[in-house]
Amino acid sequence: MSAISVDDIDRLIGVEQYEEEGEFPVEQGYIWTTCSSVENGNPLFWDEQVAEVVTGGPIAPPTMVSVWFRPHHWAPGRTTRGLPLQVHFDLKEGLGLPEAVMSDNTIVFYEPVRPGDRLRTRQILRSVSDEKTTKLGTGRFWVIDVEYHNQRGDLVAVESYTGFGYRRAEAA
Amino acid sequence: MSTPATTHLLHGDVAVGDQLPDLAYPVTSTTVVLGALAARDWRPMHHDKDFAVNRNGTRDIFLNTPNQAAWFERFVTDWTGPYGRLQRMTFRMLGSIFPGDTMVFRGVVTDTGVDETGCGWVAIDIAVSVDDDPKTTCKARVALPVDADDNPWDRKGDRWQP
Repeated sequence: MSAISVDDIDRLIGVEQYEEEGEFPVEQGYIWTTCSSVENGNPLFWDEQVAEVVTGGPIAPPTMVSVWFRPHHWAPGRTTRGLPLQVHFDLKEGLGLPEAVMSDNTIVFYEPVRPGDRLRTRQILRSVSDEKTTKLGTGRFWVIDVEYHNQRGDLVAVESYTGFGYRRAEAA
Repeated sequence: MSTPATTHLLHGDVAVGDQLPDLAYPVTSTTVVLGALAARDWRPMHHDKDFAVNRNGTRDIFLNTPNQAAWFERFVTDWTGPYGRLQRMTFRMLGSIFPGDTMVFRGVVTDTGVDETGCGWVAIDIAVSVDDDPKTTCKARVALPVDADDNPWDRKGDRWQP
């Protein structure tokens, strides 16, 4: 966790940061809890025979990929931890932009995630714009990719976040 | 096919302009809290109304983003059946969804194609709205079988270009 200043930007574009493994393996119980929460009856997640025929065994809903990285609310001995999307907060701090919004995010899905998988994630800064003024205020847009791999090294998903860090118009 | 009877949409069944079946759902506090915990999102604005109102300035707790992604996935695969394989989704958050709202998902096919590896795909514009006011939009692309013997889930490596 270290602030990213203007001088650091060129050096950090394309660099893999904050690689970490999820706190627990992908598990069937959470798959059912998530499907239940949105009443998703896709037989891939409920019928072993369908999963065997269609996907060669059980898989997790693709949109769950970030779920496997949200830390436990409490864990023994833990003192500090990185925030999800730490690079976003490093940019806010280093560029002196106290406010930020995410304008959109994209998830691209690759190899299916399966129960028992141990996933790893890393964050990569892709771009930072020059200063721009919007109706929110003056600041910069940035794009951060979050890549997810399984324990075999297969890419399973890439999330791209477009953020806008800014100072409020009245304070500028 | 040897699979049990279930929805099995094929690429050739779909044309630009086709609408997905609407999905309307009455949101309750349970919907919001269950969705937040399912997504392991412990932040208080998704379960603590006092926090949401007094700290976030919203009228109530509201649906979290990762759980909305799960709703969009369900909306798409209700239409495609299990052979539909999501390639990509782009979300834009416009407003919040609260207990008491009836959220309505609507989707329309905007493009279809077959890529150089022979994988059939369709592009869909989806919005979840409350009282016809869009709260989140999603542009999705999903692979569909090009015939009854094709299965997009068999694709790996260079043969999967989402």
